[in-house]
Amino acid sequence: MVEEEGFQRYLAHVILWIGIAIVAFPVYLAIVASTQDNAVIANGQMSLLPGGHFLETYYQTLFVGTSGSTREPVLNMMLNSLVMALLIAVGKIAISIISAYAIVYFRFPFRMAIFWIIFITLMLPVEVRIYPTYKIVADLHLLDSYAGLSLPLIASATATLLFRQFFMTVPDELLEASRIDGAGPFRFFWDTLLPLSRTNMAALFVILFILGWNQYLWPLLITTRDDMQTIQVGIRKMITTTDALTEWPVVMATALLAMLPPVFVVVVMQKLFVRGLVETEK
Amino acid sequence: MANVTLRSVRKTYPGGFEAIKGVDVDVGDGQFCVLVGPSGCGKSTLLRMVAGLETITGGEIDIGGRVVNQVEPADRDIAMVFQNYALYPHMSVYNNMAYGLRNRGMAEAEIKTRVEEAARVLELSPMLERKPRQLSGGQRQRVAMGRAIVRQPKVFLFDEPLSNLDAKLRIAMRVEIRKLQRRLNTTSIYVTHDQLEAMTLADILVVMNGGQVEQIGNPLDIYQKPATTFVASFIGAPPMNLMPLRSDELTSQIAGADGAGIVGIRPEDFVISSETVSGGVALGLTVEAIEHVGAETFVYGSRQREEQGVAANPGELPPGEVIVRVPGATGPAIGERIRAVAPRDKLHLFTADGRKRVAG
Repeated sequence: MVEEEGFQRYLAHVILWIGIAIVAFPVYLAIVASTQDNAVIANGQMSLLPGGHFLETYYQTLFVGTSGSTREPVLNMMLNSLVMALLIAVGKIAISIISAYAIVYFRFPFRMAIFWIIFITLMLPVEVRIYPTYKIVADLHLLDSYAGLSLPLIASATATLLFRQFFMTVPDELLEASRIDGAGPFRFFWDTLLPLSRTNMAALFVILFILGWNQYLWPLLITTRDDMQTIQVGIRKMITTTDALTEWPVVMATALLAMLPPVFVVVVMQKLFVRGLVETEK
Repeated sequence: MANVTLRSVRKTYPGGFEAIKGVDVDVGDGQFCVLVGPSGCGKSTLLRMVAGLETITGGEIDIGGRVVNQVEPADRDIAMVFQNYALYPHMSVYNNMAYGLRNRGMAEAEIKTRVEEAARVLELSPMLERKPRQLSGGQRQRVAMGRAIVRQPKVFLFDEPLSNLDAKLRIAMRVEIRKLQRRLNTTSIYVTHDQLEAMTLADILVVMNGGQVEQIGNPLDIYQKPATTFVASFIGAPPMNLMPLRSDELTSQIAGADGAGIVGIRPEDFVISSETVSGGVALGLTVEAIEHVGAETFVYGSRQREEQGVAANPGELPPGEVIVRVPGATGPAIGERIRAVAPRDKLHLFTADGRKRVAG
């Protein structure tokens, strides 16, 4: 770090504060808007100071929903999103750590072919294969279900590759010591490899949870019932109204509520991240 | 307690590379066998074959009267100490030692007794709850030993266990390993590339080169009567001086050198003297370098009339260079001309290809 003198230092701070303001202002605006009366916002005379409708708006958002467009309590949407994001994150980690274990530690026919097939799926995100995926999910009668929401998003080449890379750095002697200590493949995986992968799993969990939480296109396609709606889809539906005024305070409150779980996950897992980085296990 | 017998053991890798070319070794009950050789000679591969970590493509390995070729490592009743210790990083010292016992379904009370006993012997008692990363190199090494001891196996296998320690600790641990092995009286096989470690630890020394055994025997016998020039230059530091016998002054000096093509003389068997020895060797040398070790001094000299060149194998001397050991700290000066003399009974004679020892 270089210590700047006088004016230069203030200039740097001013620039940084402007940056913060640019990023934070929309969030502030959302908070303010969620506490004001919808009529005032619709008039285009929105105040930049918080209004007095905080409790009222949030109560309506969480437990009642908008009166016009969706009529679904946002709490229920959040629950749907939470279940989907957790299923995707946990499912992806579970599937990919097992497949990486198979690829790294076992010799079986077509091992490399299978590895490359997994690798190639990296190039086929959900959006590209959306029609066949929809067809399969529909044929399996999984529309409007948590399984339908999460299963197609669970298979993950990225996470498999990440675990594969990590397993390759685990010294072979550890496996050999385990074999001499009488641990079979399952025990080695459970007693040694999983505990060593803890920080990797935590990092992946954060990324995958946010990825799952922010899914939009897929839930939009396969959920038709209001009570299966996720929050990201819900926000969009709230804005489009046919014959009534968009209830901006509720929309803003929903947007803010939609931010909370990812923020929470990052804040909580950050500690595990840092601990994992500080105590390098070798 | 068990014998370990290797009968024409072979290892050929799928690519066709032959790592072990038929090895016969018999380690008696409670004996300490050291496999020594340069990198890539197959000593570690052989040890890992005994452990069951490498498959055996030919011959038989017999532990305690049972052929174990097809037996899983865990069922061979062996314990292994790895070069990098291979401790489980996420487990405490206690759990590292207890893990193998738990997998065997031993009662927790018995495990506790064994681990605490091993910790006491290895002076690890105060750190049973620590993780490996909180330990020094020497302590980790002792945990690795402890993990082997608690199993009370038939055979200990050591794969260069001291290579990652600093020189001083290495010597201390070497003595500890020897004492521990004597006390437990467990058959042990130890792999090292350090000839000093090999000499000091072994009951039986196996010198390996290129996947084959060069010589097996008591370390002192091997030192005094090396079977090949490879063994002669590998065992002993600094290495034995090996000189080809051509039609020069050297050949005419040595009595009874029929059939010999190479003469070997250990640096400590030379004396700097002007006397002549009948049947022995006297070399005129120009001093090129001096190494003071304290208790002794090594004089590096070059012979006249000998072409200079590079050593044929690592660890051997370049042709024309001769090392002479002088006791004490005084030696000749650089550039000085000296005469190094060795008596007939200190000469080692080998055939010209270096593969066989000729009388003497």
